[in-house]
Amino acid sequence: MIVWMTETGLRIGVLIKQVPDIEKVRFDVETGRIDRSSAAAETNPFDLNALEAAIQIKEKFGGFITVISMGPKQAESSLRDALARGADRAILLTDKRFAGADTIATSRALAAAIRKLGGFDLILCGEKTVDGDTGQVGPEVAELLDIPHVAYVCEIRDVSAEKVVVVSDMGDKYLYEAKLPALLTVTKELNTPRLPSLKDVLKARKKQIEIWDADSLSEYEGVNKFGIRGSKTLVVKVVIPGTEHRKGAIFKGEDAAEKLFKILEEGGLIKP
Amino acid sequence: MSNGKGILIYAETSDSKIHPVSFELLGKAREIAEKVEMEVWSVIIGYRVREEAKELIYYGADKVYVYDREQLKDFDVIVYKDILVNLVKKIEPEIFLIGATPLGRSLAPRVAAALDTGLTADCVDLQVDENKNLIQIRPAFTGNILAHIKTNSKPVMSTIRYKVMKKPQPDPTRKGEIIIEDPPEIADSGLRNLGKVSERTVNIAEAEIIVAGGRGLKKPEDLKMLEEFAKLLGGVLGASRPLVDEGWISKDHQVGFSGNTVKPKLYIACGISGSPQHLAGMRDSQTIIAINIDPSAPIFKHADYGVVGDLYEVVPKLISMLKEIKEGKKLEG
Repeated sequence: MIVWMTETGLRIGVLIKQVPDIEKVRFDVETGRIDRSSAAAETNPFDLNALEAAIQIKEKFGGFITVISMGPKQAESSLRDALARGADRAILLTDKRFAGADTIATSRALAAAIRKLGGFDLILCGEKTVDGDTGQVGPEVAELLDIPHVAYVCEIRDVSAEKVVVVSDMGDKYLYEAKLPALLTVTKELNTPRLPSLKDVLKARKKQIEIWDADSLSEYEGVNKFGIRGSKTLVVKVVIPGTEHRKGAIFKGEDAAEKLFKILEEGGLIKP
Repeated sequence: MSNGKGILIYAETSDSKIHPVSFELLGKAREIAEKVEMEVWSVIIGYRVREEAKELIYYGADKVYVYDREQLKDFDVIVYKDILVNLVKKIEPEIFLIGATPLGRSLAPRVAAALDTGLTADCVDLQVDENKNLIQIRPAFTGNILAHIKTNSKPVMSTIRYKVMKKPQPDPTRKGEIIIEDPPEIADSGLRNLGKVSERTVNIAEAEIIVAGGRGLKKPEDLKMLEEFAKLLGGVLGASRPLVDEGWISKDHQVGFSGNTVKPKLYIACGISGSPQHLAGMRDSQTIIAINIDPSAPIFKHADYGVVGDLYEVVPKLISMLKEIKEGKKLEG
């Protein structure tokens, strides 16, 4: 990555979300509700790639990294981890009035917070979260801020005060140039996030995390645009998909491969 | 201007060719349109796409809005967004569907945010409830649950996963209206597409036969054995997430919740235990075969046929039997 920068460097914003460990989380089969106590909370893994990219850009030429998250008070731990990893400032949007937000209501709160901060030169976020799995918040924030975005960024080739040059993985990979300010959503392929040192973890414990409520954003967005009130989509029902019944013929022993082969052959699955 | 209600389908193109997900969406839109008495509309943006517009009618569109300009040849998320927002404001569709491809998932949120409407990501089914509301069904939490979602703004927007809806039979006698539109002024979006850097190595979502490897493999080189097996069957090589995370194989090959959703005729899982994340990406395959040394591996519950055994013994046997057949055919021929 080549970085051309002067003086103060870039003002970088990183959007992060705390999510339950998706590999372990359990569900109440009756209600379909997530049992949040069944799995530890962690920072959405893709967001750590976004943060790592921000830190690498800052290391090359200086800059200032602000991490923003929206969520319950517990999400402070993810922000503290981000500070330990190298972020300079952390803001948590937390308020009952933010709760129950769909992607558009989430994006409105994040965009309002970014406007309140005076905007960034570059905004980085994960391609999606592992719990919501929509990948919508990044592009929606970019639209609300009226700045370009590039999704699925798997390589940052060049950064300057005016633009970034990145590779976007859209199935085939494309090279894009985006004028700053811009937003990038990043894939895991982009980098390997570093772990913070013990010293940095201890230092981060003393740092302050700023807490903003809905009213603090009222100058930048109508408070009724946040949370469940501002949401346009509504989950009406949750269904646990039944296990599909398959034939389940199991072969064991010496001639198992032969038996399977015969099935493939008879099923016309082997093309001569 | 709109005379009647409609469901709008975005016809995604690359290199002036329509992405097949668009045809699948037209099929689903037709089905919904019959239930709620609406028309099916489609919009196509690109360069030299007028001929392609006819295809959209064959697959079920009543009207196709065409934006055809040389400057529209390459996808630019802001330019395309401006066109779609403009069109939606003009024709006011009730429902707007976009394929949940990487392009669609980048474009749709911008359109939804600009229109201040709800967007449901990555749906696997659409239904109509008793009040004729659209119910959008999407997997949540790695496919462990299916959420039914309603939108309380217009248009109802969803991105729909590729290869979950049935592609209808095209009917070349079908009639419809092609409307050539002038794009709104194309401003500098701040984005420049500098061209393709690399093509994907494999298009696993389209594959009819997939042989996939998982943690049961001992070393990266052993993927060659599975690749040979796949090739002999006329298929491609897939992998579960751990192998991709280990860097044994590129993400193009990854099957599962965080990789590709596949729906081949034949899926052979070799040394894959069958985590919910993996199952979410392949459970709709037509025939599933599992080869695993562990008889309690969850994959067997989702398989049509299973072999409990060491893949290092079973796969070489299958390979040599396949080779015998091929050579036999050659001798005969």
